[in-house]
This record gives sequence, structure tokens and C-alpha cells, in this order.
Amino acid sequence: MAVARIDQIHPGDALPEREFKVDNVELFLYNAVLWNAHRIHFDYPYATQVEGYPGLVIAGPQMGDWLSQCVTDWLGEDGDLESLEYRNRKAAYIGDVLYSGGSVTAVDAAQGRVTLKLFIRNQKGEEVLPGDATVCFPRRAAQRT
Amino acid sequence: MTSLLNPGLLAHIGKSSPPRTELVTRRDIRKYAVATGQRGKQYLAGDEAPPMFHISLFWDVVELDQLTPDGISIDPLVPEFPLKRAMAGGVKLTWHQRIFPGDVLVATRTLTDIYEKQGSQGPLIFYEVTTEIVNSAGLPVVTEKTTRIMR
Repeated sequence: MAVARIDQIHPGDALPEREFKVDNVELFLYNAVLWNAHRIHFDYPYATQVEGYPGLVIAGPQMGDWLSQCVTDWLGEDGDLESLEYRNRKAAYIGDVLYSGGSVTAVDAAQGRVTLKLFIRNQKGEEVLPGDATVCFPRRAAQRT
Repeated sequence: MTSLLNPGLLAHIGKSSPPRTELVTRRDIRKYAVATGQRGKQYLAGDEAPPMFHISLFWDVVELDQLTPDGISIDPLVPEFPLKRAMAGGVKLTWHQRIFPGDVLVATRTLTDIYEKQGSQGPLIFYEVTTEIVNSAGLPVVTEKTTRIMR
């Protein structure tokens, strides 16, 4: 019998890191699918001269999504993302190089739950978006309505 | 210390917006998956929604004359605070079920808390909006609590 995925996970295990270099097109598409017209995401003169930002601002929930992907890419089909909490600690801008990643903080095999510590960091190593997540094993059955 | 939060402002705690119903489509899932750089094939094909897809599904669609000059829409759930500059705080999400094309989801937003803290550069007002998303059977799908900070 195959070893269950959760039995192969241990506190301290690292989740794969991923690099993000967002350009104007990707930032535009993200805000377009939301219907978010906030000028700080697409109007460079407004963002820099009126709001005083150093560049176009990457949307907070876009980086939050990258945290969720850090988990779902690691989980594959073995489990479900159950909860995610993150804090918007620093802004990030077009031109920044960002990295997502994390590590396992606790494993409860009896309950089928694993807790994770996650991060989005910038090229200076600063935490832009720290987070915590809980995942459950095995994957829950899909509820079609 | 004098509080910035008077009883009139605090009376807004507990107010909810009217429920909004939206249909999940394969095309909308695909657009969201591409824009967020998803790698999962089920997301890119639109067969299943990525966990945070609901943010795009329920972002308020307002008409052009309802946008402020900086391009944002005014949240009718939130009262006018004595501090005007808004910052993103944090988000807490709980998933109860996965989302698929064809699902009909209903979201209800509630202003669940308003409180004040003293920051290093002056007072700060925090407010929390909780969004409960359920499916057509009334079963919970996603719970989202967003905290924003006024300074």
C-alpha cells in the first residue's frame, strides 16, 4: 500500500520557492478580471506624482493568490487548502522581483492537518506578505450544485 | 485619550449588504487563472476555480460615474471615518468547498468590527468586513474576513 502523503511531511520541510517578475500586462490583466480601476495599478503619472509611490503598485490580493498557489502547487491532488491568513506588510511595485515560499510548522496526522508558514519576499529579502495556512488530507470530495 | 469612534460610527457594526448572486463560468475561471499565473491544469482549463477566484467573482461592478477620480468605488457598507487614508491590513480565508463552473454562488458582506489603536505616528482605525459565500443549496463555500486600516 502506498504511503499516505501526510506521512511523508515533517515540520521544517520547505515548500518550493517561485520567482515572480510582474510586468504591466500581467498587472493590467489581474485588475481587469477584478474590474478594479484603481489608478495606482495602471496610471504611472498618477501613481508616482499624485500618490507618491515609486512605481505602479502590485495588487495585494494578487500577491495573496501567489501565496495560495505556493500551497496548491505543493499539494497537487493530495489535499485541500483549508485556510489562509496573510498580512499586507509592504507594498510591491512593477520592477520588483518577488519570491513565494514557505515551510511546514506542524503535522497532525491523526486529524489529517498540516500548518504552514508562508511568505512573499522582495529582492531585498524583505517580507512583503507573510502568511499562515492550514491544509487537510486527503482531498475533500467535490460538492457539485 | 479621546476616541475617534463615536457611538454613531460604532452603530454601523453588524450592518450587511444585500446578498449578491453570481454564476461561475469556465471563461471567467480561465481569465483569472491566466492573470494570476496559475500552473494547475484544472484551473487553466476552467474545470475548477483557483481558491481565490471568488475575489474576482464578487468585486463590485459599478458604473463609471460611481468611480472616484482615483478609480475606486465607494463601499456603501463602510461609514465615513474621521481618518481618510486607507491601507490594506490583512485577509483571513476559510474554504469549505471547491468551486466549479456552473456553480451559482451568493455573497453577503457584513461590517463585523470597528476598533481603534494607537500607532507610532498617531491613531489608527481598523475595520473588518466578513464575506460569507454560500452555494445554491445554502451550504458555505468560502468565508473571507478583510481588515482595512484608516490613518
